[in-house]
Amino acid sequence: MTRFNHLKTTALAIALAGSAAIAVPAHADIKIGSSLAITGPASFLGDPEAKTLKMLVNELNANGGINGEKIDLIMYDDAADPNQARTFATRLVEDDEVVAVIGGTSTGATMAMIPVFEEAKVPFISLAGAVVIIDPVKKWVFKTPHTDLMACGKIFEDIKARGLSKVGLISGTGGFGKSMHEQCLSVAGKYGIDIVADETYGPKDADMTPQLTKIAGAAGLQAVVNPGFGQGPAIVTRNFKQLNIKVPLYQSHGVASKSFIDLAGDAAEGVRLPASALLVADMLDDSDPQKAVVVGYRDAYVAETGQPVSTFGGHAYDAFHILVNAIKSAGSNNPAAIRDAIENTKGFIGTAGEVNMSATDHLGLDLNAFKMLEIRDGDWTIVK
Amino acid sequence: MKLTKLSPKILTLLALALLVIIAPMFFPSSFYYRIGALIFINGLAVIGLVILVGYAGQISLGHAGFVGIGAYSCALAPEHLGISPVLAVFLGAFLSGLLAWLVGRPILRLRGHYLAVATLGFGILIYMVLSNEAQWTGGPDGMAVQATGLKALLKSMGFKVSASEMWYWIAAVVMMIGALIALNLHTSPTGRALRSLHDSEVAAGTVGVNVANYKLSAFVISAIYTSVSGSELALMNRFISPDVAGFLHSVELLTMTVLGGAATVFGAVIGAAILTSLPQVLTVLHDFEHIVLGLIMMLVMIFMREGLVPSLAKILRRRPK
Repeated sequence: MTRFNHLKTTALAIALAGSAAIAVPAHADIKIGSSLAITGPASFLGDPEAKTLKMLVNELNANGGINGEKIDLIMYDDAADPNQARTFATRLVEDDEVVAVIGGTSTGATMAMIPVFEEAKVPFISLAGAVVIIDPVKKWVFKTPHTDLMACGKIFEDIKARGLSKVGLISGTGGFGKSMHEQCLSVAGKYGIDIVADETYGPKDADMTPQLTKIAGAAGLQAVVNPGFGQGPAIVTRNFKQLNIKVPLYQSHGVASKSFIDLAGDAAEGVRLPASALLVADMLDDSDPQKAVVVGYRDAYVAETGQPVSTFGGHAYDAFHILVNAIKSAGSNNPAAIRDAIENTKGFIGTAGEVNMSATDHLGLDLNAFKMLEIRDGDWTIVK
Repeated sequence: MKLTKLSPKILTLLALALLVIIAPMFFPSSFYYRIGALIFINGLAVIGLVILVGYAGQISLGHAGFVGIGAYSCALAPEHLGISPVLAVFLGAFLSGLLAWLVGRPILRLRGHYLAVATLGFGILIYMVLSNEAQWTGGPDGMAVQATGLKALLKSMGFKVSASEMWYWIAAVVMMIGALIALNLHTSPTGRALRSLHDSEVAAGTVGVNVANYKLSAFVISAIYTSVSGSELALMNRFISPDVAGFLHSVELLTMTVLGGAATVFGAVIGAAILTSLPQVLTVLHDFEHIVLGLIMMLVMIFMREGLVPSLAKILRRRPK
């Protein structure tokens, strides 16, 4: 900001008065920025993320912070609007001068923010799903949630393990369904999966019987996969049962929550889906290294907010711990040093799985990070 | 200084120019340049709506559709047609104008609520195309926009500016040009004809104004304004998603128009400035953001029915010095 220092000296007093309402808090702490969709259409993702971050920051500061320095979390609500996210990203970098940023609840908001952080050379850990965020690898951009590509991989692996190969796809046309649909098509060949039917439905459709009837009629159909989000998959599951289609139904990690079971009712019986270990915290083996992490986070979150835990808050948990570990091991608040330390994250056990990052992998998760779940008697069970 | 002796046109332009030049002196960081640029970009779109809503008295709930066309022209044309992003601005403006002309002919026959609903449908159609044609537009997650190369050009000429600063000045100049055209239009025969439509279509028709043609030209002009603002947004953000073409954005633009004073260019910029910067100011009172916005709208609607700028001007004029 040296370029207008001359202006700054003359106008500082007035400028400060003028921007009193937007003034930033006192310095000397480690400033971490965040822009999340706390309100708006993606608030069911952003809200648990925001609550998790606040909880973790308070906890860390109460325990003395990092090397004696407190964390100052600056959080904005972009309501999943890419244009607003971009503005907040600029604000975090230029005005708040943060050393790292966690956020971007939606893929759109994340992609809009990336150029800002790349240009300003500030490490950025995204909480959004799509694989485009880290593929191709961008120097300053990382992410913690599993990608839709991995979800497809996990599902296809399971289908293969059951000795099946002919799959029908029924996909939502929202951002999530569309992205996962493409990824599933792209990796189907790799797992020897044959896509024999490919149908879509709109996010507000109330009945998917026609599409399912068509899929059921496809020659040699052995399994159906439903990439989708929100209510759509629950309706698909109900219609699937009503039509009495006798092949296994797979849902995506997008509906890995209790409300899906409630919405789909009895029809959900036998449905399989890939999900993070957080969902089945108590069912994990005691020998599972993730058990302590997910149980600890869940209990803390429930105690703090009184709400059930969700995988989305878990993404924020992972991002925050990866960042804090990086700041500790970098031993400085220099964004470049923090970035290098994040890239060197090895063997970190988070809610999503074991994270091993490298210069070519800014996600660091493999397929083991997903647990394949089956719904039995209205509850999750782990498929072994 | 007897400012009152100057014509309103010169006065408005002077005031805008002063605002544009003086504001950066108070910017503590280059983040404020971005807010300024966003205000001018929104301001341009709102000036376009002033021509349609304020001058001609028509309504549109679908103008964000044109923002989308302008924005996606700058995203798609360089990638698929290989033309420069700057030229794509003109392509977008042409496409928007053409579409407005085609669509405007039938739907501008409607009035009041019916026109509102027809334009609403039009805007939503564009939004749906942008979010559904994923192989072209990247779908709901949006797509990246090529760099204009302007910054590199400036750098090679020895000027090192941040992207936000550069766009502040570009958006300011484009908005000033837009304001100049709109102000000239106001006093021209076309402008007078448009304003006669606003007061009474029947009376205007009786004295020989070609009602359908003038309505259509106001619609086309405002579409071009909004399209250019969309192009600027895409080029500045270097990323675009269908949200810019969404219904909420249409409403936002219309709210800015009405808040500032639907019939004045200066009001358009003030309306855009308030509604663009307010969410940034209100981040400290995050939970109350919508309440404050709603309260401001209600107070303006109740106490300043013509919008902020005309009402304040009236109060100032009434008071003897």
